[in-house]
Amino acid sequence: MPPSTSSELTLSVNGEKYTLTVDHRTTLLDALRERLDLTGTKKGCDQGQCGACTVLVDGRRSVSCLQLAVAAEGREITTIEGVASGDRLHPVQQAFLDLDGFQCGYCTPGQICSAIAVIEEHAAGWPSAATGDVRPEAGPPALTPEEIRERMSGNLCRCGAYVSIVQAVARAAESEGAAA
Amino acid sequence: MREFGYRRAHDVSGAVALLDGDPDARFLGGGTNLVDLMKTGVERPALLVDVRELPLDRVEPAAGGGLRIGATVTNSDLAAHPEVRRRYPALAQAVLAGASGQLRNMATVGGNLLQRTRCGYFADVHSPCNKRAPGTGCPAVTGEHHNHAVLGASGHCVATHPSDMGVALAAFDAVVSYETADGPGEVPLADFYLPVGETPHRETALPPGALITGVTLPPVPTAANSRYRKVRERASYAFAIGSVAAALDVRDGLVHDVRLAFGAVASRPWRARAAERVLTGAPANAENFAAAADAELAAARPLPHNGYKVTLMRNLVVAVLSELAEEAAR
Ligand SMILES: Cc1cc2nc3c(=O)[nH]c(=O)nc-3n(C[C@H](O)[C@H](O)[C@H](O)COP(=O)(O)OP(=O)(O)OC[C@H]3O[C@@H](n4cnc5c(N)ncnc54)[C@H](O)[C@@H]3O)c2cc1C
Ligand code: SF4
Ligand code: FES
Ligand code: FES
Repeated sequence: MPPSTSSELTLSVNGEKYTLTVDHRTTLLDALRERLDLTGTKKGCDQGQCGACTVLVDGRRSVSCLQLAVAAEGREITTIEGVASGDRLHPVQQAFLDLDGFQCGYCTPGQICSAIAVIEEHAAGWPSAATGDVRPEAGPPALTPEEIRERMSGNLCRCGAYVSIVQAVARAAESEGAAA
Repeated sequence: MREFGYRRAHDVSGAVALLDGDPDARFLGGGTNLVDLMKTGVERPALLVDVRELPLDRVEPAAGGGLRIGATVTNSDLAAHPEVRRRYPALAQAVLAGASGQLRNMATVGGNLLQRTRCGYFADVHSPCNKRAPGTGCPAVTGEHHNHAVLGASGHCVATHPSDMGVALAAFDAVVSYETADGPGEVPLADFYLPVGETPHRETALPPGALITGVTLPPVPTAANSRYRKVRERASYAFAIGSVAAALDVRDGLVHDVRLAFGAVASRPWRARAAERVLTGAPANAENFAAAADAELAAARPLPHNGYKVTLMRNLVVAVLSELAEEAAR
C-alpha cells in the first residue's frame, strides 16, 4: 500500500497547540498563514533566499518556506505574533520602532525574528563569517556593525532600510545586555 | 509537487529500513535543498524519511585523535563547536561562509554533502540537462556558464559542487561513513564524488539506499593554522565563484606541511595535490605559492566565459598561503 500523503498533526505555535490535517506538501509557512491565520510571517521568495518567512523553531531562526509542516511537529514554533510579552514589545520590536528599522514593513517580521536569534547566537559566543579569528581562545567577537550586517545577511529588505536595521539590532543588543 | 508519504526515523537501522532502497524515496535532513528542488519539480520523491531525530547530532572525539561529526549535526552547531574552531578553523570558517544563519540552523552535515549543483539549467525542468535527464545534452557548455567548472569537467557536464563545508573537509582528509541494509561502510571524501565522465547523473560512491551517518576528521596538526577564503559576487549570502581552504606549517622558512583544496571550480571539492607536491619542502614565499597554484591549474580547461576563475584561483592561493605563512612566522 502506498504511504499516506497527508497526516493529522499538532503544531505548537507561540505556546498554543493547533491540531490540523495537512497534505505533506504543505510548508510550515503556508500552514501558519493559510491554516492558522498567523499572517505576520511573510512569503517573499518561497525558496529560502529572502528571509521574509523567518520564524524561531526550538528557539533557532529558520526559514519556514523550506520547512515542511509535518516535519515541524513536536517542535516549539515562535512567530512574530509570539515575541512580545503581553502588551510589552520585545526589545528588538521596540528598537525597530524607535529607529525606523523599516519602510513598507514587509520584511520586518522576518528581520525581527532573525535579529532576536542573532542577539542570542552572539551572546552564546557563536562566530560569524565576519569574525577575524574564530578560535575560541580569541574570545567572543564584539557585535560591531560589520558583524550585524553579516549575521543579518539572510534577511533581504526590498526597501533598503538596512542602515536603520543595523542600528536597531545594535540598540536592542545593548539594551538586552544591560538588562542581563 | 508530487504527493509523498512522510516517516520519521528514530534509529539508524530503522531509517535504512524505512527507505528500503526505494529509488523513489529520499532521506530528509534540513530540507533546505531537497524541499526547494521538490517545489521546482527537479526532485519528485514518493516518500520522505526524516532523519533529524536520529542520534547522530554530536561532535565527538574519534579514535586516533580526530573528530567524528554526526550526519545530523546542523551546520550552525558544527561551526560553533569549540574543537572544530580550535583544531580545524578553516572548517568553521567554510561553514560560516555558506548560506545564511537561518539556513545553517536547518542544514545538516549529510545534506550539505549531498546538496545538488546550482547550475541554472539543472534547476529548470524545461531545459535539457545530462545531470537531471541523462542523454538530453548540456546547454551550459555553449550557454550560461560563467560560474561553471574549470577543472575535472567533461563535455557532458560542467557543473560545480556548491558546498563550502566540503572544501575544508577535502583539505583535511575527511572520511564519510554510511549505513546500508548490509551494515556500515565508509569512503574517503576524496573518492566520495565520482568523476563526471559520461555519467554526470551518477554523483557519489554511496551505495543505493545508504544513509550517511557521519564524517570523521583525522588529526591534522597543520589544520590549526588554516583558513577558508571565499570569493562571491556580493559580500555575503551567495554561493562562491571560487574558494580556497588552506593549512600551512612552515619550519625554518620551508614548507613542512600544506593542505590545499579549491571550491566552486569542479564537480567536487577539489583537493589540490599537485600544488601541495610542488610546495612541500620548498621555501614558503609568494613565488613558490604562485608556482604551486600554476601546477594545479595547468589542468584547467576553461570555457569562453569562466576563464577568470583560473586567475582568481591563482591569486586566492597566493593571498591565503601568504597570510598563513605570515601568521606562522609570528
Ligand atoms: C538561499 C540558499 C543559499 C545557500 N548558500 C549556500 C552557500 O553559500 N554555500 C553552501 O555550501 N551551501 C549553500 N546553500 C546550500 C545549503 O548548504 C544546503 O541546502 C544544505 O547544506 C543542505 O542540507 P539539508 O540538511 O538541508 O539537506 P536536505 O535538503 O534535507 O537534503 C539534501 C540531499 O541530501 C540527502 N540527505 C540528507 N541527509 C542525508 C543522510 N543523512 N544520508 C543520506 N542522504 C541524506 C537528501 O535526500 C537530499 O537528496 C544554500 C541554500 C540556499 C537555499
Ligand atoms: S552543466 Fe551539468 S547540470 Fe548544468 S546543464 Fe550541463 S549537464 Fe546539466
Ligand atoms: S519566503 Fe522563505 S526565504 Fe523567502
Ligand atoms: S521594509 Fe520594505 S522590504 Fe524591508
